[in-house]
Amino acid sequence: MAGHKTYEESIKDVYKGLALLGAVTLVEVFISLLGKGHIGIDVSDYKVVLWIIALALIGLSLYKAYFIIYEFMHMGYEVRGLAMSVLLPILLLVWALIAFFQEGNSWKERREDVKKREQVDPNATPAQESFLLPEDTYLLS
Amino acid sequence: MAEHDTTVMEHDVHHEQGAWDGGTEPFKASYGKLMMWYFLLSDAFTFSGFLIAYGSLRFSSPTWPVPDFVFSTAPFGLHGAPLIFVTFMSFLLIISSVTMVRAVQEGHRENKRGVVFWMLLTVLGGIGFLGCQAWEWNNLIATEHMSVTRNPFGTHTEEGVYLGPDGKAGEEAVEPGKTYLLHKADLDPSLTDTEVIASFSGHGDDEGHASHAVNAYDKDYGFMYVDEGGFIHRKFVVKEGENPGEIMMEDYGPKAFGALFFGITGFHGFHVLSGVAFLLIILINAGSGVYAARKNGYEMVEKIGLYWHFVDLVWVFVFLAFYLL
Repeated sequence: MAGHKTYEESIKDVYKGLALLGAVTLVEVFISLLGKGHIGIDVSDYKVVLWIIALALIGLSLYKAYFIIYEFMHMGYEVRGLAMSVLLPILLLVWALIAFFQEGNSWKERREDVKKREQVDPNATPAQESFLLPEDTYLLS
Repeated sequence: MAEHDTTVMEHDVHHEQGAWDGGTEPFKASYGKLMMWYFLLSDAFTFSGFLIAYGSLRFSSPTWPVPDFVFSTAPFGLHGAPLIFVTFMSFLLIISSVTMVRAVQEGHRENKRGVVFWMLLTVLGGIGFLGCQAWEWNNLIATEHMSVTRNPFGTHTEEGVYLGPDGKAGEEAVEPGKTYLLHKADLDPSLTDTEVIASFSGHGDDEGHASHAVNAYDKDYGFMYVDEGGFIHRKFVVKEGENPGEIMMEDYGPKAFGALFFGITGFHGFHVLSGVAFLLIILINAGSGVYAARKNGYEMVEKIGLYWHFVDLVWVFVFLAFYLL
Protein backbone atom coordinates (compact mmCIF):
# COMPACT_ATOMS: atom_id res chain seq x y z
CA MET A 1 0.00 0.00 0.00
CA ALA A 2 1.32 3.38 -0.95
CA GLY A 3 1.50 5.22 2.34
CA HIS A 4 1.58 8.70 0.82
CA LYS A 5 -1.75 8.42 -0.97
CA THR A 6 -5.03 9.44 0.58
CA TYR A 7 -7.92 7.01 0.78
CA GLU A 8 -9.82 8.76 -2.02
CA GLU A 9 -6.76 8.79 -4.28
CA SER A 10 -6.12 5.09 -3.85
CA ILE A 11 -9.77 4.26 -4.60
CA LYS A 12 -9.50 6.30 -7.79
CA ASP A 13 -6.32 4.40 -8.73
CA VAL A 14 -8.13 1.09 -8.35
CA TYR A 15 -10.86 2.04 -10.83
CA LYS A 16 -8.25 3.47 -13.19
CA GLY A 17 -6.58 0.06 -13.00
CA LEU A 18 -9.87 -1.64 -13.85
CA ALA A 19 -10.36 0.62 -16.88
CA LEU A 20 -6.78 -0.03 -18.01
CA LEU A 21 -6.96 -3.82 -17.72
CA GLY A 22 -10.37 -3.87 -19.39
CA ALA A 23 -9.17 -1.71 -22.26
CA VAL A 24 -6.02 -3.80 -22.78
CA THR A 25 -8.12 -6.99 -22.83
CA LEU A 26 -10.50 -5.54 -25.42
CA VAL A 27 -7.57 -4.43 -27.58
CA GLU A 28 -6.10 -7.94 -27.32
CA VAL A 29 -9.35 -9.58 -28.43
CA PHE A 30 -9.71 -7.05 -31.25
CA ILE A 31 -6.26 -7.61 -32.72
CA SER A 32 -6.54 -11.37 -32.22
CA LEU A 33 -9.76 -11.41 -34.28
CA LEU A 34 -8.12 -9.08 -36.80
CA GLY A 35 -5.33 -11.64 -37.25
CA LYS A 36 -7.87 -14.44 -37.77
CA GLY A 37 -9.66 -12.46 -40.48
CA HIS A 38 -12.90 -11.77 -38.57
CA ILE A 39 -12.52 -8.00 -38.64
CA GLY A 40 -11.55 -5.93 -41.66
CA ILE A 41 -9.36 -7.36 -44.40
CA ASP A 42 -8.02 -10.89 -44.40
CA VAL A 43 -4.38 -10.66 -43.35
CA SER A 44 -3.81 -14.42 -43.05
CA ASP A 45 -1.56 -14.43 -46.16
CA TYR A 46 0.87 -11.89 -44.71
CA LYS A 47 3.22 -13.77 -42.40
CA VAL A 48 4.83 -10.53 -41.20
CA VAL A 49 1.49 -9.10 -40.05
CA LEU A 50 0.69 -12.32 -38.20
CA TRP A 51 4.06 -12.20 -36.43
CA ILE A 52 3.50 -8.57 -35.42
CA ILE A 53 0.05 -9.46 -34.09
CA ALA A 54 1.43 -12.42 -32.10
CA LEU A 55 4.22 -10.27 -30.61
CA ALA A 56 1.76 -7.49 -29.79
CA LEU A 57 -0.52 -9.99 -27.99
CA ILE A 58 2.40 -11.34 -25.97
CA GLY A 59 3.58 -7.80 -25.17
CA LEU A 60 0.13 -6.68 -24.00
CA SER A 61 -0.26 -9.80 -21.84
CA LEU A 62 3.12 -9.16 -20.23
CA TYR A 63 2.03 -5.58 -19.56
CA LYS A 64 -1.15 -6.84 -17.86
CA ALA A 65 0.96 -9.23 -15.78
CA TYR A 66 3.29 -6.37 -14.77
CA PHE A 67 0.34 -4.20 -13.80
CA ILE A 68 -1.35 -6.91 -11.72
CA ILE A 69 1.88 -7.76 -9.89
CA TYR A 70 3.07 -4.20 -9.28
CA GLU A 71 -0.21 -2.44 -8.52
CA PHE A 72 -2.80 -4.98 -7.41
CA MET A 73 -0.34 -7.20 -5.55
CA HIS A 74 1.61 -4.14 -4.33
CA MET A 75 4.97 -5.52 -5.42
CA GLY A 76 5.93 -1.97 -6.41
CA TYR A 77 5.66 -0.92 -2.74
CA GLU A 78 7.59 -3.84 -1.26
CA VAL A 79 11.29 -3.86 -0.36
CA ARG A 80 13.47 -4.29 -3.45
CA GLY A 81 14.98 -7.52 -2.11
CA LEU A 82 11.55 -9.13 -1.85
CA ALA A 83 10.65 -8.13 -5.39
CA MET A 84 13.94 -9.45 -6.76
CA SER A 85 13.79 -12.74 -4.85
CA VAL A 86 10.40 -13.42 -6.42
CA LEU A 87 10.92 -11.98 -9.90
CA LEU A 88 14.50 -12.98 -10.77
CA PRO A 89 13.86 -16.77 -10.60
CA ILE A 90 11.17 -16.21 -13.26
CA LEU A 91 14.03 -15.44 -15.68
CA LEU A 92 14.85 -19.18 -15.66
CA LEU A 93 11.76 -19.54 -17.82
CA VAL A 94 13.46 -17.67 -20.66
CA TRP A 95 15.76 -20.64 -21.10
CA ALA A 96 12.88 -23.11 -20.77
CA LEU A 97 10.95 -21.27 -23.48
CA ILE A 98 13.89 -21.29 -25.91
CA ALA A 99 14.80 -24.92 -25.22
CA PHE A 100 11.34 -26.47 -25.34
CA PHE A 101 10.03 -24.49 -28.32
CA GLN A 102 13.17 -25.42 -30.22
CA GLU A 103 12.53 -29.03 -29.26
CA GLY A 104 8.94 -28.87 -30.48
CA ASN A 105 10.00 -27.33 -33.76
CA SER A 106 12.65 -29.96 -34.45
CA TRP A 107 10.10 -32.67 -33.64
CA LYS A 108 7.86 -31.27 -36.37
CA GLU A 109 10.72 -31.06 -38.88
CA ARG A 110 11.66 -34.65 -38.19
CA ARG A 111 8.08 -35.75 -38.84
CA GLU A 112 8.14 -33.91 -42.17
CA ASP A 113 11.46 -35.57 -43.06
CA VAL A 114 9.98 -39.00 -42.39
CA LYS A 115 6.91 -38.15 -44.44
CA LYS A 116 9.08 -37.07 -47.39
CA ARG A 117 11.20 -40.19 -47.25
CA GLU A 118 8.11 -42.38 -47.20
CA GLN A 119 6.84 -40.62 -50.31
CA VAL A 120 10.09 -41.37 -52.13
CA ASP A 121 10.03 -45.01 -51.03
CA PRO A 122 6.46 -46.21 -50.31
CA ASN A 123 7.79 -49.46 -48.85
CA ALA A 124 9.53 -47.58 -46.08
CA THR A 125 11.50 -49.84 -43.82
CA PRO A 126 10.60 -50.18 -40.15
CA ALA A 127 13.76 -48.26 -39.33
CA GLN A 128 12.11 -45.06 -40.52
CA GLU A 129 8.87 -45.78 -38.73
CA SER A 130 10.79 -46.07 -35.51
CA PHE A 131 11.15 -42.28 -35.50
CA LEU A 132 7.52 -42.11 -34.48
CA LEU A 133 5.81 -42.73 -31.23
CA PRO A 134 2.82 -45.05 -31.73
CA GLU A 135 0.49 -42.20 -30.81
CA ASP A 136 1.90 -39.95 -33.54
CA THR A 137 1.12 -42.03 -36.57
CA TYR A 138 -2.19 -40.23 -37.17
CA LEU A 139 -0.21 -37.12 -38.02
CA LEU A 140 1.28 -38.86 -41.04
CA SER A 141 -1.97 -40.09 -42.54
CA MET B 1 9.42 -6.43 20.02
CA ALA B 2 7.21 -4.88 17.46
CA GLU B 3 7.27 -1.24 18.61
CA HIS B 4 10.56 -0.22 17.03
CA ASP B 5 10.79 -2.83 14.22
CA THR B 6 9.09 -0.76 11.60
CA THR B 7 11.51 2.14 11.99
CA VAL B 8 14.73 0.12 12.16
CA MET B 9 16.61 0.08 8.87
CA GLU B 10 17.81 -3.27 7.59
CA HIS B 11 21.53 -2.54 8.08
CA ASP B 12 20.99 -1.29 11.64
CA VAL B 13 19.47 -4.53 12.78
CA HIS B 14 22.79 -6.09 13.80
CA HIS B 15 23.49 -3.32 16.30
CA GLU B 16 20.24 -4.03 18.08
CA GLN B 17 20.31 -7.82 18.13
CA GLY B 18 21.65 -10.80 16.26
CA ALA B 19 19.76 -11.93 13.19
CA TRP B 20 19.21 -15.31 14.84
CA ASP B 21 17.49 -13.77 17.84
CA GLY B 22 14.37 -13.26 15.80
CA GLY B 23 12.04 -10.35 16.01
CA THR B 24 13.04 -8.78 12.70
CA GLU B 25 11.08 -9.30 9.53
CA PRO B 26 13.16 -10.08 6.44
CA PHE B 27 12.19 -7.77 3.57
CA LYS B 28 9.92 -5.92 6.01
CA ALA B 29 7.15 -8.37 5.22
CA SER B 30 5.43 -10.68 7.66
CA TYR B 31 6.19 -14.40 7.56
CA GLY B 32 2.78 -15.18 6.11
CA LYS B 33 2.99 -12.67 3.29
CA LEU B 34 6.55 -13.65 2.40
CA MET B 35 5.67 -17.33 2.27
CA MET B 36 2.58 -16.57 0.21
CA TRP B 37 4.85 -14.86 -2.32
CA TYR B 38 7.17 -17.87 -2.46
CA PHE B 39 4.25 -20.26 -2.76
CA LEU B 40 2.96 -18.19 -5.67
CA LEU B 41 6.43 -18.28 -7.24
CA SER B 42 6.45 -22.08 -7.11
CA ASP B 43 2.90 -22.20 -8.43
CA ALA B 44 3.96 -19.90 -11.27
CA PHE B 45 6.61 -22.47 -12.23
CA THR B 46 4.00 -25.24 -12.23
CA PHE B 47 1.74 -23.27 -14.55
CA SER B 48 4.70 -22.25 -16.71
CA GLY B 49 5.64 -25.91 -17.06
CA PHE B 50 2.15 -26.72 -18.30
CA LEU B 51 1.96 -23.75 -20.66
CA ILE B 52 5.42 -24.39 -22.09
CA ALA B 53 4.42 -28.02 -22.67
CA TYR B 54 1.37 -26.69 -24.52
CA GLY B 55 3.60 -24.39 -26.59
CA SER B 56 6.11 -27.04 -27.56
CA LEU B 57 3.43 -29.60 -28.47
CA ARG B 58 1.71 -26.93 -30.56
CA PHE B 59 5.02 -26.13 -32.28
CA SER B 60 5.54 -29.84 -32.95
CA SER B 61 2.19 -30.30 -34.71
CA PRO B 62 1.77 -29.58 -38.43
CA THR B 63 -1.68 -28.15 -37.67
CA TRP B 64 -3.45 -26.86 -34.59
CA PRO B 65 -7.16 -26.15 -34.06
CA VAL B 66 -7.89 -22.46 -34.65
CA PRO B 67 -9.17 -21.11 -31.32
CA ASP B 68 -11.71 -18.72 -32.75
CA PHE B 69 -13.44 -21.70 -34.40
CA VAL B 70 -13.18 -24.00 -31.38
CA PHE B 71 -14.38 -21.34 -28.92
CA SER B 72 -17.10 -19.69 -30.94
CA THR B 73 -20.19 -20.80 -29.03
CA ALA B 74 -21.81 -19.03 -26.11
CA PRO B 75 -24.87 -19.75 -23.98
CA PHE B 76 -28.41 -18.99 -25.19
CA GLY B 77 -27.81 -20.66 -28.55
CA LEU B 78 -25.23 -18.16 -29.73
CA HIS B 79 -23.00 -19.60 -32.48
CA GLY B 80 -20.28 -18.06 -34.60
CA ALA B 81 -19.30 -15.59 -31.86
CA PRO B 82 -15.55 -16.09 -31.69
CA LEU B 83 -13.93 -15.47 -28.29
CA ILE B 84 -16.91 -13.45 -27.02
CA PHE B 85 -17.82 -15.78 -24.17
CA VAL B 86 -14.24 -16.20 -23.00
CA THR B 87 -13.72 -12.42 -23.07
CA PHE B 88 -16.70 -12.15 -20.73
CA MET B 89 -15.03 -14.73 -18.46
CA SER B 90 -11.81 -12.68 -18.46
CA PHE B 91 -13.75 -9.60 -17.43
CA LEU B 92 -15.35 -11.49 -14.54
CA LEU B 93 -11.88 -12.34 -13.21
CA ILE B 94 -10.52 -8.80 -13.74
CA ILE B 95 -13.51 -7.27 -11.95
CA SER B 96 -13.23 -9.73 -9.06
CA SER B 97 -9.54 -8.81 -8.81
CA VAL B 98 -10.52 -5.14 -8.50
CA THR B 99 -13.11 -5.84 -5.81
CA MET B 100 -10.39 -7.79 -3.96
CA VAL B 101 -8.12 -4.72 -4.01
CA ARG B 102 -11.01 -2.71 -2.54
CA ALA B 103 -11.46 -5.32 0.23
CA VAL B 104 -7.75 -5.04 1.12
CA GLN B 105 -8.02 -1.23 1.19
CA GLU B 106 -11.01 -1.36 3.53
CA GLY B 107 -9.02 -3.79 5.67
CA HIS B 108 -6.26 -1.21 6.11
CA ARG B 109 -8.90 1.19 7.42
CA GLU B 110 -10.14 -1.53 9.82
CA ASN B 111 -13.57 -1.21 8.20
CA LYS B 112 -15.22 -4.57 8.83
CA ARG B 113 -18.38 -3.91 6.81
CA GLY B 114 -16.34 -2.75 3.80
CA VAL B 115 -14.13 -5.84 3.89
CA VAL B 116 -17.12 -8.18 4.04
CA PHE B 117 -18.98 -6.33 1.25
CA TRP B 118 -16.08 -6.28 -1.22
CA MET B 119 -15.02 -9.85 -0.44
CA LEU B 120 -18.58 -10.98 -1.07
CA LEU B 121 -18.47 -9.39 -4.53
CA THR B 122 -15.11 -11.10 -5.15
CA VAL B 123 -16.60 -14.48 -4.23
CA LEU B 124 -19.53 -13.85 -6.59
CA GLY B 125 -17.08 -13.04 -9.41
CA GLY B 126 -15.19 -16.28 -8.75
CA ILE B 127 -18.38 -18.35 -8.69
CA GLY B 128 -19.53 -16.67 -11.91
CA PHE B 129 -16.24 -17.58 -13.58
CA LEU B 130 -16.55 -21.20 -12.45
CA GLY B 131 -20.12 -21.33 -13.76
CA CYS B 132 -18.98 -20.06 -17.16
CA GLN B 133 -16.16 -22.59 -17.23
CA ALA B 134 -18.59 -25.39 -16.36
CA TRP B 135 -20.77 -24.33 -19.29
CA GLU B 136 -17.76 -24.20 -21.63
CA TRP B 137 -16.57 -27.68 -20.58
CA ASN B 138 -20.07 -29.10 -20.84
CA ASN B 139 -20.39 -27.70 -24.36
CA LEU B 140 -17.04 -29.16 -25.40
CA ILE B 141 -17.67 -32.58 -23.84
CA ALA B 142 -21.39 -33.17 -24.34
CA THR B 143 -22.09 -31.24 -27.56
CA GLU B 144 -18.79 -31.33 -29.42
CA HIS B 145 -17.54 -34.68 -28.04
CA MET B 146 -14.01 -33.58 -27.23
CA SER B 147 -12.24 -35.62 -24.58
CA VAL B 148 -8.80 -35.94 -23.04
CA THR B 149 -7.83 -38.53 -25.65
CA ARG B 150 -9.98 -37.48 -28.61
CA ASN B 151 -9.91 -34.18 -30.46
CA PRO B 152 -12.59 -33.88 -33.16
CA PHE B 153 -11.28 -30.43 -34.14
CA GLY B 154 -9.08 -30.98 -37.20
CA THR B 155 -7.52 -28.46 -39.56
CA HIS B 156 -7.23 -28.70 -43.34
CA THR B 157 -3.81 -28.57 -44.99
CA GLU B 158 -5.02 -29.03 -48.59
CA GLU B 159 -7.06 -26.98 -50.95
CA GLY B 160 -10.04 -28.71 -52.52
CA VAL B 161 -13.80 -29.26 -52.53
CA TYR B 162 -16.02 -31.53 -50.44
CA LEU B 163 -17.82 -34.43 -52.05
CA GLY B 164 -21.59 -34.07 -52.13
CA PRO B 165 -23.93 -36.90 -51.03
CA ASP B 166 -23.99 -38.06 -54.67
CA GLY B 167 -20.27 -38.84 -54.42
CA LYS B 168 -19.26 -36.07 -56.83
CA ALA B 169 -17.35 -32.89 -56.06
CA GLY B 170 -19.78 -30.32 -54.73
CA GLU B 171 -19.76 -26.57 -54.19
CA GLU B 172 -18.30 -26.36 -50.69
CA ALA B 173 -14.61 -25.42 -50.69
CA VAL B 174 -11.86 -26.89 -48.51
CA GLU B 175 -9.42 -24.17 -47.46
CA PRO B 176 -6.01 -24.85 -45.92
CA GLY B 177 -5.76 -23.59 -42.37
CA LYS B 178 -9.49 -23.84 -41.76
CA THR B 179 -10.60 -25.82 -38.73
CA TYR B 180 -13.55 -28.22 -38.89
CA LEU B 181 -15.43 -30.26 -36.31
CA LEU B 182 -16.12 -33.96 -36.81
CA HIS B 183 -19.78 -34.38 -35.89
CA LYS B 184 -21.04 -37.48 -34.18
CA ALA B 185 -23.83 -39.38 -35.94
CA ASP B 186 -26.67 -41.13 -34.16
CA LEU B 187 -27.12 -44.85 -34.78
CA ASP B 188 -30.45 -45.98 -36.28
CA PRO B 189 -30.13 -49.45 -37.86
CA SER B 190 -33.64 -49.25 -39.32
CA LEU B 191 -32.58 -46.66 -41.93
CA THR B 192 -31.72 -47.71 -45.47
CA ASP B 193 -28.55 -46.41 -47.14
CA THR B 194 -30.65 -44.24 -49.46
CA GLU B 195 -32.41 -42.62 -46.51
CA VAL B 196 -29.09 -41.93 -44.78
CA ILE B 197 -27.61 -40.32 -47.88
CA ALA B 198 -30.78 -38.31 -48.50
CA SER B 199 -30.66 -36.92 -44.95
CA PHE B 200 -27.19 -35.51 -45.64
CA SER B 201 -28.28 -33.60 -48.72
CA GLY B 202 -28.70 -30.36 -46.82
CA HIS B 203 -25.46 -30.88 -44.91
CA GLY B 204 -22.89 -28.18 -45.26
CA ASP B 205 -22.73 -25.81 -42.34
CA ASP B 206 -19.73 -27.00 -40.35
CA GLU B 207 -20.50 -24.79 -37.41
CA GLY B 208 -24.05 -26.03 -36.95
CA HIS B 209 -24.87 -28.72 -34.46
CA ALA B 210 -27.49 -30.59 -36.44
CA SER B 211 -27.44 -34.29 -35.61
CA HIS B 212 -27.49 -36.94 -38.28
CA ALA B 213 -28.38 -40.61 -38.12
CA VAL B 214 -26.60 -43.48 -39.91
CA ASN B 215 -27.48 -47.17 -40.03
CA ALA B 216 -24.06 -48.51 -39.04
CA TYR B 217 -20.79 -47.32 -37.53
CA ASP B 218 -17.41 -48.12 -39.12
CA LYS B 219 -18.99 -47.86 -42.57
CA ASP B 220 -18.00 -46.08 -45.76
CA TYR B 221 -20.87 -44.20 -47.40
CA GLY B 222 -18.88 -43.10 -50.43
CA PHE B 223 -18.88 -39.38 -49.72
CA MET B 224 -18.11 -39.87 -46.05
CA TYR B 225 -16.80 -42.43 -43.62
CA VAL B 226 -18.37 -43.02 -40.21
CA ASP B 227 -15.81 -44.47 -37.81
CA GLU B 228 -16.26 -46.96 -34.95
CA GLY B 229 -17.08 -44.13 -32.55
CA GLY B 230 -19.74 -42.70 -34.85
CA PHE B 231 -17.76 -39.66 -35.97
CA ILE B 232 -18.45 -38.47 -39.51
CA HIS B 233 -15.33 -37.98 -41.64
CA ARG B 234 -16.33 -36.06 -44.76
CA LYS B 235 -14.34 -36.71 -47.93
CA PHE B 236 -12.98 -34.12 -50.33
CA VAL B 237 -11.09 -33.90 -53.61
CA VAL B 238 -7.70 -32.19 -53.50
CA LYS B 239 -7.41 -29.40 -56.09
CA GLU B 240 -3.93 -27.96 -55.66
CA GLY B 241 -0.63 -29.25 -54.32
CA GLU B 242 1.30 -32.45 -54.84
CA ASN B 243 -1.53 -34.89 -55.60
CA PRO B 244 -4.39 -33.09 -57.35
CA GLY B 245 -7.45 -35.27 -57.84
CA GLU B 246 -6.73 -37.42 -54.81
CA ILE B 247 -9.72 -38.08 -52.55
CA MET B 248 -8.93 -37.44 -48.88
CA MET B 249 -10.86 -37.70 -45.65
CA GLU B 250 -11.23 -35.34 -42.70
CA ASP B 251 -9.21 -36.66 -39.78
CA TYR B 252 -9.02 -36.01 -36.06
CA GLY B 253 -6.93 -33.05 -34.92
CA PRO B 254 -3.79 -33.34 -32.77
CA LYS B 255 -4.69 -35.58 -29.87
CA ALA B 256 -2.77 -33.53 -27.32
CA PHE B 257 -5.19 -30.61 -27.68
CA GLY B 258 -7.93 -32.12 -25.53
CA ALA B 259 -5.60 -33.24 -22.75
CA LEU B 260 -3.82 -29.88 -22.68
CA PHE B 261 -7.05 -27.88 -22.71
CA PHE B 262 -8.82 -29.85 -19.98
CA GLY B 263 -5.62 -30.25 -17.97
CA ILE B 264 -4.56 -26.60 -17.96
CA THR B 265 -7.94 -24.87 -17.74
CA GLY B 266 -8.95 -27.51 -15.19
CA PHE B 267 -5.89 -26.83 -13.06
CA HIS B 268 -6.62 -23.11 -13.23
CA GLY B 269 -10.30 -23.70 -12.47
CA PHE B 270 -9.30 -25.77 -9.45
CA HIS B 271 -7.23 -22.80 -8.26
CA VAL B 272 -10.30 -20.58 -8.65
CA LEU B 273 -12.42 -23.11 -6.76
CA SER B 274 -10.00 -23.34 -3.83
CA GLY B 275 -9.64 -19.55 -3.95
CA VAL B 276 -13.41 -19.20 -3.54
CA ALA B 277 -13.32 -21.65 -0.61
CA PHE B 278 -10.55 -19.70 1.17
CA LEU B 279 -12.20 -16.37 0.39
CA LEU B 280 -15.38 -17.64 2.04
CA ILE B 281 -13.51 -18.83 5.15
CA ILE B 282 -11.73 -15.48 5.51
CA LEU B 283 -14.95 -13.62 4.73
CA ILE B 284 -16.71 -15.41 7.59
CA ASN B 285 -13.77 -14.79 9.93
CA ALA B 286 -13.72 -11.12 9.00
CA GLY B 287 -17.47 -10.83 9.48
CA SER B 288 -17.34 -12.50 12.90
CA GLY B 289 -14.73 -10.00 14.10
CA VAL B 290 -11.65 -12.25 14.32
CA TYR B 291 -9.43 -9.78 12.43
CA ALA B 292 -10.93 -6.72 14.10
CA ALA B 293 -9.77 -8.20 17.42
CA ARG B 294 -6.27 -8.78 16.03
CA LYS B 295 -5.96 -5.17 14.83
CA ASN B 296 -3.37 -6.15 12.23
CA GLY B 297 -4.96 -4.47 9.24
CA TYR B 298 -6.78 -7.63 8.18
CA GLU B 299 -3.55 -9.29 7.08
CA MET B 300 -5.33 -12.52 6.18
CA VAL B 301 -7.37 -10.54 3.66
CA GLU B 302 -4.13 -9.27 2.13
CA LYS B 303 -2.74 -12.80 1.86
CA ILE B 304 -5.81 -14.28 0.19
CA GLY B 305 -5.79 -11.15 -1.98
CA LEU B 306 -2.30 -12.02 -3.23
CA TYR B 307 -3.51 -15.52 -4.09
CA TRP B 308 -6.61 -14.22 -5.84
CA HIS B 309 -4.63 -11.75 -7.98
CA PHE B 310 -2.29 -14.61 -8.90
CA VAL B 311 -5.26 -16.63 -10.19
CA ASP B 312 -6.17 -13.62 -12.37
CA LEU B 313 -2.52 -13.34 -13.46
CA VAL B 314 -2.38 -16.97 -14.56
CA TRP B 315 -5.60 -16.49 -16.51
CA VAL B 316 -3.88 -13.69 -18.49
CA PHE B 317 -1.47 -16.30 -19.87
CA VAL B 318 -4.00 -19.13 -20.24
CA PHE B 319 -6.16 -16.66 -22.19
CA LEU B 320 -3.14 -15.73 -24.34
CA ALA B 321 -2.05 -19.29 -25.09
CA PHE B 322 -5.42 -20.99 -25.64
CA TYR B 323 -7.65 -18.27 -27.01
CA LEU B 324 -5.76 -15.29 -28.41
CA LEU B 325 -2.81 -16.83 -30.26
